[in-house]
Amino acid sequence: MTRPLVRPPRKNPILRTRLPTLPPAARSRVALGLTAAAARGRFELQVCRDCGTVQYPPREACRACLSPRLDWRVQDGNGELVAETTLRHSHELFFRERMPWRLGLVKLDSGPLVVAHLHGDCAAAPTRVRVRAHLDRAGQAALVALPDKDTPHMADDRELRELTCDPKFRKVLVTDAKAPLGQALVEALVDAGVDLVWAGEAEPWKKPPGFERIKALPQVAVVPLDLTDSRAVKQLAGEIGGRVDILINNADHHRNFGIAARDGIETARAEMDVNYFGLLRLAQEFAPAMRARGADGQSSAVAWVNVLSVFALSNFPPHGTYSASKAAALSLAQCLRAELAPTGVRIVNVFPGPIDDEWNQTLPPPKIAPARLAADIVAALRGGAEDVFPGNVAQDWLERWRDNPKALERELAAMPQP
Amino acid sequence: MSDTVLSRLLAELAGGRIRIVDLTQTLSPDFPQIVLPPEMGQAWPFRIEEASRYDARGPGWYWNNFSCSEHTGTHFDAPIHWISGRHLPDNSTDTIAAEKFVAPACVLDCSHEAASDPDFLLSVDFLRKWERRHGRIAAGSWVLMRTDWSKRTDPVAYQNIDETGQHTPGPNTDAVRFLIEERGVLGFGSEAIGTDAGQAFHLKPPYPCHYYMHGSGRFGLQCLTNLDLLPPVGSVLIAAPLKIKEGSGSPLRVIALVPQSMPAPAVARVARKKSKTSRARTRRR
Ligand SMILES: [Zn+2]
Repeated sequence: MTRPLVRPPRKNPILRTRLPTLPPAARSRVALGLTAAAARGRFELQVCRDCGTVQYPPREACRACLSPRLDWRVQDGNGELVAETTLRHSHELFFRERMPWRLGLVKLDSGPLVVAHLHGDCAAAPTRVRVRAHLDRAGQAALVALPDKDTPHMADDRELRELTCDPKFRKVLVTDAKAPLGQALVEALVDAGVDLVWAGEAEPWKKPPGFERIKALPQVAVVPLDLTDSRAVKQLAGEIGGRVDILINNADHHRNFGIAARDGIETARAEMDVNYFGLLRLAQEFAPAMRARGADGQSSAVAWVNVLSVFALSNFPPHGTYSASKAAALSLAQCLRAELAPTGVRIVNVFPGPIDDEWNQTLPPPKIAPARLAADIVAALRGGAEDVFPGNVAQDWLERWRDNPKALERELAAMPQP
Repeated sequence: MSDTVLSRLLAELAGGRIRIVDLTQTLSPDFPQIVLPPEMGQAWPFRIEEASRYDARGPGWYWNNFSCSEHTGTHFDAPIHWISGRHLPDNSTDTIAAEKFVAPACVLDCSHEAASDPDFLLSVDFLRKWERRHGRIAAGSWVLMRTDWSKRTDPVAYQNIDETGQHTPGPNTDAVRFLIEERGVLGFGSEAIGTDAGQAFHLKPPYPCHYYMHGSGRFGLQCLTNLDLLPPVGSVLIAAPLKIKEGSGSPLRVIALVPQSMPAPAVARVARKKSKTSRARTRRR
């Protein structure tokens, strides 16, 4: 049984903050297929189109028939733990610092034998397990075997926590806590057992419904934060930056215009100022402190969430300038991910479809509710993915985009202007 | 220098017999901007980005780039700002005759009324009562509405917005028309974020101070401060907007020349207190 996590003791200030180390990160290009799927929260293996063999580890050709015609297919991960070992020595710094480390050999029902990190609640071999692909601190796919059925506090497992960004007992900054999504995020984080939520508030003279209730929650501290104000971002980073374990950037400026539907660039510039430059300002001021705290004990700096939009992948012309700003933010988030890669801090990009709010009022359903999106973001932090497409619309658009980006471009262009 | 009007003015300034009072709010990112429905075009707040600060970006110097609306902070409204003034000659910041930037000021103390009623509307009746005490408002004067609104240093209290909009004092329609048609004023100035009251959208016409003042070639000053340091009459304003081509307005530094022989009650009060803040606000020469 996993021992439930307890609130960590206060940090001993005379000890040097441990620097982050990473598990081995080198992968062949073909092995990155496993990572690409894990990045979206999926466990995929190569399946031979000619003979149907499921294979692991990934290779250029089928190990059974040498066919190069291999497809990445989702696996259910069910299998049997056939052997286990506990690592007590390693030349890898990352594992040396985390000994002992439990590893297992799992025979998947689909055929291949895989090596996986072993959750503490898995019984001794032989036993049934579920294998999942999570990203590790190096951002590469790692397989983890979970017990056949959920166990109490299983998210608190020491090895599993090295693959997740669980907000429990962590301190979280929500950059815009006033918007409907921000309010829902604060509530979901409080329910997830966070230590503290810094609730960012811009333009304090605007009082949206519901915000007073959010402000009154005992875990919430309202902080002034307007992402268009460089000095304010710097000021807040100076005050709390060294304590932020998870940063959720949900600040968003959304107006529904294309090019022809609005004179001038003022609206588009405002979208860029929040959605793109806002992320850049945050990254310049908050990333340095988080970079230094990637291994700072149980509640280390662990994740940076960007709420983007599925429109970042392909322009939705009725919301054309907004789509462009989100595409810019996506590109910058990739830069931030590369710069934070050595620290183990995960950049989680969230690509919702239209949110059910005032700026999508005239779009037909389905639209994702703020509370549902907030729950999906918290679930993503507890999982092992870095690219999250919450809701059916986002999933549908993602699949269409992956299948044929040009076709999706044409389909989006043909959608009626609301 | 020979004895001229200007040399005497300089001597009065040097001798402290004419004081300079700064009526300007500091341009700061924290200062609130006017609130419009979010689907409309918006006035930018003041924002500032560092270009260099004795560092790799510029080793020996410090400077910033800033951005804001023509209507951010303490600012001037030109007649072209409003649709009623759009066809007037010389109606923008670059074409207004520069001599209009120096003018006498009448200060109407509405601080008592505004304290008890944030929606207080200045009326003709109020103006006539004021004139009985201080004399007729001279043509070409600025009329400044003192409400002590600038003392609301908390932006939330300054904006004073609820579900029905903003609640700040301003003039009613008849008072505006009286000041223009009967008194020929230069313009109207206020401490709140607009020359019109917060609820002036519901007056007839909407925003009467903007509509009539700018429609008749008059000006506006908004977000003024330190009006409590001015006498009811006798001060002179220097209020020159930036020379923006076809500008509808401009942030500006507004200063007042105040003869020391004409202390406002508040000036006497401040002088007695000798508080550090009021000394900082009132530069003595
Ligand atoms: Zn094969």
